[in-house]
Amino acid sequence: MKSFTYERAASPAEAAAAASRVPDAKFIAGGTNLLDLMKLEIETPGHLIDVNGLALDKIEPTNDGGLRIGALVRNTDLAADARVRRDYGVLSRALLAGASGQLRNKATTAGNLLQRTRCPYFYDTNMPCNKRKPGSGCAAIGGFSRQHAVLGASEACIAVHPSDMAVAMRVLDATVETVKADGTTRSIAIADFHRLPGDTPQEETVLEGGELITAVTLPKPVGGTHIYRKVRDRASYAFALVSVAVVAQRDGTGRVALGGVAHKPWRLEAADAQMPRGAKAVHERLLADAKPTSDNAFKLPLVRRTLASALAEAKG
Amino acid sequence: MKFDTPATTNPIDQLKVVGQPVDRIDGPLKTTGTAPYAYEHHEGLENTAYGYVLGAAIAKGRIASMDLSRAKAAPGVITIVTAETAGALDKGTKNTAKLLGGPEIEHYHQAVAVVVAESFEQARAAAQLIRVDYVKADGAFDLADARKGATAPTDTQADSKRGNFAAAFAAAPVKLDETYSTPDHAHAMMEPHATIAAWSGDKLTLWTSNQMIAWGVGDMAKTLGIPKQNVRLVSPFIGGGFGGKLFLRADALMAALGARAARRPVKVALSRPMIFNNTTHRPATIQRIRIGAAQDGKITAIGHESWSGDLPGGGPELAVQQTRLLYAGENRMTALRLAELDLPEGNAMRAPGEAPGMMALEIAMDEMAEKLGMDPIEFRVVNDTQVDPENPERPFSQRRLVDCLRQGAERFGWSARTPHPGRVRDGDWLVGMGVAAAFRNNLVMKSGARVRLDNKGFLTVETDMTDIGTGSYTVIAQTAAEMMGVPLEKVRVRLGDSTFPVSAGSGGQWGGNSSTAGVYAACVKLREAVAQKLGFNSADAVFTGGTVRLGNRSVPLAEAVGQDGLVVEDAMDYGDLSKRYQQSTFGGHFVEVGVDVVTGEVRVRRMLAVCAAGRILNPKTARSQVIGAMTMGVGAALMEELKIDKRLGFFVNHDLAGYEVPVHADIPHQEVIFLEETDPMSSPMKAKGVGELGICGVAAAVANAIYNATGVRVRDYPITLDKHLDRLPELS
Repeated sequence: MKSFTYERAASPAEAAAAASRVPDAKFIAGGTNLLDLMKLEIETPGHLIDVNGLALDKIEPTNDGGLRIGALVRNTDLAADARVRRDYGVLSRALLAGASGQLRNKATTAGNLLQRTRCPYFYDTNMPCNKRKPGSGCAAIGGFSRQHAVLGASEACIAVHPSDMAVAMRVLDATVETVKADGTTRSIAIADFHRLPGDTPQEETVLEGGELITAVTLPKPVGGTHIYRKVRDRASYAFALVSVAVVAQRDGTGRVALGGVAHKPWRLEAADAQMPRGAKAVHERLLADAKPTSDNAFKLPLVRRTLASALAEAKG
Repeated sequence: MKFDTPATTNPIDQLKVVGQPVDRIDGPLKTTGTAPYAYEHHEGLENTAYGYVLGAAIAKGRIASMDLSRAKAAPGVITIVTAETAGALDKGTKNTAKLLGGPEIEHYHQAVAVVVAESFEQARAAAQLIRVDYVKADGAFDLADARKGATAPTDTQADSKRGNFAAAFAAAPVKLDETYSTPDHAHAMMEPHATIAAWSGDKLTLWTSNQMIAWGVGDMAKTLGIPKQNVRLVSPFIGGGFGGKLFLRADALMAALGARAARRPVKVALSRPMIFNNTTHRPATIQRIRIGAAQDGKITAIGHESWSGDLPGGGPELAVQQTRLLYAGENRMTALRLAELDLPEGNAMRAPGEAPGMMALEIAMDEMAEKLGMDPIEFRVVNDTQVDPENPERPFSQRRLVDCLRQGAERFGWSARTPHPGRVRDGDWLVGMGVAAAFRNNLVMKSGARVRLDNKGFLTVETDMTDIGTGSYTVIAQTAAEMMGVPLEKVRVRLGDSTFPVSAGSGGQWGGNSSTAGVYAACVKLREAVAQKLGFNSADAVFTGGTVRLGNRSVPLAEAVGQDGLVVEDAMDYGDLSKRYQQSTFGGHFVEVGVDVVTGEVRVRRMLAVCAAGRILNPKTARSQVIGAMTMGVGAALMEELKIDKRLGFFVNHDLAGYEVPVHADIPHQEVIFLEETDPMSSPMKAKGVGELGICGVAAAVANAIYNATGVRVRDYPITLDKHLDRLPELS
């Protein structure tokens, strides 16, 4: 671990300002991913800004009937919130499908969105990795790629985003609220928040230097049946091979997002539009541009089957 | 004491303490966090510095140059040791690759430097500043490719033959010829390899985590070129080993070298991501099995060949071992072939040989039973043998495989299983049952102990035996208490110190029986010494309730031993009973699984093991061993695999996020039954091992249950969902 300096921020705006002043600064909240990465010198911040003291740990109703989830709300608390369980079941289920009880107690809402990929080549500093060391190459391409992306990958990177929560946020059309170094705030649709790898896999979100997430906002509840199905090699404490988040309405319309298949939660509004035509139409659209590796070609039939089952379950 | 005739009645048979399910005597230390593990030892140590090991970044080649300047200048750094500065080093007899690499690199993450600093964080940060330039060489990393050039190993098990296998197999009316593969496995024990080393003049003390104290002393002395008596190794508590800590490893050597260079005690723990490639692993196998049988199910021909790989100078995985002994059949052959691979060193892991061998053989038996239209239990019963099938003049000392299978079938509700696969549904779950035999040889090893009875009536046992979580402390205390007629609370057990008599150590499931037999021998001698002191005839003296009694005279032991107490030492040594009688342990594993018809995910629903393994010294600790082994077997069946990057030559998933082992949610229900058995050929304890028996066959029972659930046969472990998904029923 590289030595670093440390400060506790007094307000979100001050935190953002401090982060923009020090070029290699990072925010730290739960630290469940960042500290591991620092020990391995995959992340080497020179300065840590602790945001845990900022009062961003509330879940509050919004004026338009939605919920505003503070950036520091712990995953455990978010999953257990009665309003989340009642109106946004897919989110609660996705959270509980992730990590372990101990990690969920510590991990925050914003941190969950910002966690890094679990690609084993990213984690091994002896290996080339364009995400860790831009321009060094990608050892996962042509290597062990069972967990890797089948959609939206590039010549530079085939990593996947590991979050379950983000998949649910995507299907719920959440909005990420931030404050920038100059004190201005903005709202970013979750659809635009994560990037595909392209030529710059090191840039995983649209956040600017120093920009701090203050909350994630859920729109007014959309009703329907909420399903989160995570498929994995063991019953708990494993990243998704694939996951499927579904919000299905009685009239046959609805939304679908996939996890474990791309550099970001994978949802296509054009695929949602196929919902009334059935599972086959939806997955054909969702997976139309899929390019699996020989190690992970199984993800395509797995998505097809899991999605069909989830949609059948939603119909009841 | 020599054990060369079958055991007769002895004080252990009283079973007042031995055979009772007593709690671990070291349990409170462990549950309160006061058992000092290697890295946590403080006593008598001052000014301890921290060592951090740097591993090689390539699989094969050489170091062209190393630049230590930035690391040396980093805060807190005391010294850095590399192959260039370490001085002359030999290699341990039990190591295949060197523990400190350079300039030649033999495998990925082979240690190339240890950085010693004032703090762990400083040592770790400085290690990242070492710049190493490598010249890569081509290597062989793919067993399937290297198999073509594999050769018969010269110094291990030779090919075995009886009758005319080829002719009998060709003539058999029902036959099977299939190939199975098992992957490389990691021990993945909880406690990492860790050592604190301290020099005092030319004498070296190591507080470490090691299963075999005397082997560690010998190989450390040999590696450093110093006399054995100058090395002391202390390993009282071990957080799991599974064979990964049988040998001297880099943590110990690098701590010793670091401490010598720093002139201070140095502690080293291997970082978790380094353990998988730096240390040893269970090698992958490719196994071809051929079985021919008559229509009545009698095996007429059985052949088993296994290919595995290792570094030059390494050995094969003995995966055909059980096939030489488990089932009858006049015509038989086995063969091992070893390929050269440049992956990290392969070596022993829980039930080496039988664990992967049974993974293949017991699927083959299931397949063969189906071909014959027989119940898989009946097929095994028909082919039971009470003698070594290669040498029929050699009987088994005890063999209750049939009882294990029959009782297990009854208990598990086997009769409810439908032989037609893919027929049982429970919602989205395809449900199936599977069975496999369990088999593991019983080994006996010479083992010594020192026992001291003091004038307060306390009995202290000292032996270099280790407790790797198995319950050694407890069964040794039970043995001593039984022999001397004292309550358990009066017995103190001190283990894992090379200043104590050399024991069997913990490996090959020989530890429990062998080490307690050594304590038995020492206690027999102590009984004689006590009796002699009182002028009693020791054969007639009765040791009970803390007293020794002869006729009407009863003397408290505390008084009998006198002011200075009594100390004696002895060892149990073995004659040729294990040559005249085949000693093995047996069992039956029963598993019910559900396979999600949508996703192909496999979830174990319940498991049962029935074991016949001689006298069970402590049913509670033995059960813990078996359920742990069953859990490990589920890992082997469903998820455990070191994934090889065949271009770069290393295990890619080298941490506990990537190398998945079962979690609690994977293991809903386990049951263990021990059959009443004593084996007078094994030792005066009449016990055998169970810790490895528990894993042998489990994975095949899971595989067979999956087949019964789905009708899809997978012969390539682990059985992850991608291997059968495309053959599961289409969704309606």
